[in-house]
Amino acid sequence: MSTTGTSAPGALAPRPRRGVERALIGLALVLTAGFVLVPLLYIFARAFGAGWGAFAHNVLDPGTLHAIGLTALVAVIVVPVNMAFGIAAAWAIARFRFPGRKALLTLIEIPFSISPIIAGICYLLLYGRNGLVGPWLMALDLKVLFALPGIVLVTLFVTAPFVMREVLPLMQAQGSEQEEAAVTLGASGWQIFRRVTLPNIRWALLYGAVLCGARAVGEFGAVSVVSGMIRGQTMTLPLQIELLFNDLNIVGAFAAAAVLTLLALVVLVLKAAMEARRR
Amino acid sequence: MKHRIVAAALALGLAFPAMASAQDKILNVSYDISRELFQQINPAFAKAWKEQTGRDVSVDQSHAGSSKQARAILEGLPADVVTFNQVTDIDVLANGGLVDKTWREAFPNNASPYYSLPSFLVRKGNPKAIKDWDDLVRADVKVIFPNPKTSGNARYTYLAAYAYALEKYGHDDAKAQDFVKKLFANVPVFETGGRAATTTFAEKDIGDVLVTFEAETGGISALYADKGFERVTPSISVLAEFPVAVVSENAKKAKSEEVSKAYLNFLYAPEGQRILARNYYRVNDPAVKAEFADRFPEVKLVTVEDEFGGWDKLNKTHFAEGGILDKLFANQ
Repeated sequence: MSTTGTSAPGALAPRPRRGVERALIGLALVLTAGFVLVPLLYIFARAFGAGWGAFAHNVLDPGTLHAIGLTALVAVIVVPVNMAFGIAAAWAIARFRFPGRKALLTLIEIPFSISPIIAGICYLLLYGRNGLVGPWLMALDLKVLFALPGIVLVTLFVTAPFVMREVLPLMQAQGSEQEEAAVTLGASGWQIFRRVTLPNIRWALLYGAVLCGARAVGEFGAVSVVSGMIRGQTMTLPLQIELLFNDLNIVGAFAAAAVLTLLALVVLVLKAAMEARRR
Repeated sequence: MKHRIVAAALALGLAFPAMASAQDKILNVSYDISRELFQQINPAFAKAWKEQTGRDVSVDQSHAGSSKQARAILEGLPADVVTFNQVTDIDVLANGGLVDKTWREAFPNNASPYYSLPSFLVRKGNPKAIKDWDDLVRADVKVIFPNPKTSGNARYTYLAAYAYALEKYGHDDAKAQDFVKKLFANVPVFETGGRAATTTFAEKDIGDVLVTFEAETGGISALYADKGFERVTPSISVLAEFPVAVVSENAKKAKSEEVSKAYLNFLYAPEGQRILARNYYRVNDPAVKAEFADRFPEVKLVTVEDEFGGWDKLNKTHFAEGGILDKLFANQ
């Protein structure tokens, strides 16, 4: 996801006339304002429209507060698991040649192209009462669906490719010379990972983790299927926003949306900072 | 380390039900717009239960479209009771073996403690003088209700208009269908759900009349008091039941049968009925009925059973793919 903003503009293209240039820039600005900026500002305008007191009151509503906590908890579980998985997968694919390597890569990327609702339904049918493993789980009285584990599982599914996708190209580009050198110097596997591999990929890893976190926090479709929508127990922030909106509690919905948007903006800033570091 | 976090989180998730079993606890799985109602019912029930048995009870709520909820319960959502707005969605649970087949006899009034009907909400002063269904097919009137293909609410509106036309034209089906077709032509935008239609009417100021459940018209006119919307009750409408049932298989497992039954019976008790009437739902308790008589004008109510031969037949002839609704709705 590189941007073209910093490359020398028009180095190869024929020099456009100033008027055309201005018109294009103006058009881009207008479209960005119309499609992105105005709706975003509107969220905050509506959230704070009734004053800070109303905003605080709505955010501190026990249901919304719980949703914020649950969403954070899901992200805190999902991101580290995903980092571990992403590194392992990228390592396997970049460093080893084995049959089915390409197939594995494609498999891990499936969540990119599959609609989250399908993920949700798959888990529902797999872990449900009439599903493949559901009856067995029920016999053991283990709750997966309509509880935290189910929400975490589907979020893991939809975020599976993020870290691997960022780390893999870097690992492939860097090659394995440094690691091989470390082996000849007598380093153990863990030492190689900590001293050589990890420092080399750390920005890509963090970048992937940030993207993964953003996705985990914002996931709606898949979670909506397996959540069960139990108030104060399995409502994540995106679900809570929809619910408040359907309840005609517009200020509450926009207040919760503002919190989620703020989270996303923080992530965006982190992402920009990391992109700068990677260069 | 990472595994430990996961394990701890899983344990936390699993420990939830164990921690709470010190008191009575039930999960009421309901349709999506009943939140305010059960926010009032639940504390009142908890108080009554405490007085009656000395035990504490907490009632958890889950709200979503009732068909989606039925699906989730079939897949293991541990509902102790369901309070739905569609009879067919409880039938789904009965067919799945989770609810007794005789659920309609388990509680009074076909297990429907309250009911409502499609009714009108018009703009301040009723400028278009809308009184009854035939005003809605006038060329100068714009009508708002959601898409009957996706919304249960709009299906009731469709049925009520159909029933009105059948009465008016001496049960001539062709004329009734013509009437409904004209009604559809007066709807500028079909939203997917009832609440979205409300927003279109109340916030975007589109349309002259909103058709939705009477219980909604009351709530909306209170919520948008500054806009001065007025409630209009048509001469004929169709009875919309709000059926309830104990999900016996889950309740048996959770040993919550007694409190689940008491919870649903509370909806029939005077206190529960009063809360329902206050929220513009019609009830059957004579005393409560008299107390709130000014809220609920007389209306002739037809039932799906009498007018349309029951839900099974209705679904086959009207709502199935290629049915009468599809034919009338085709040009929209």
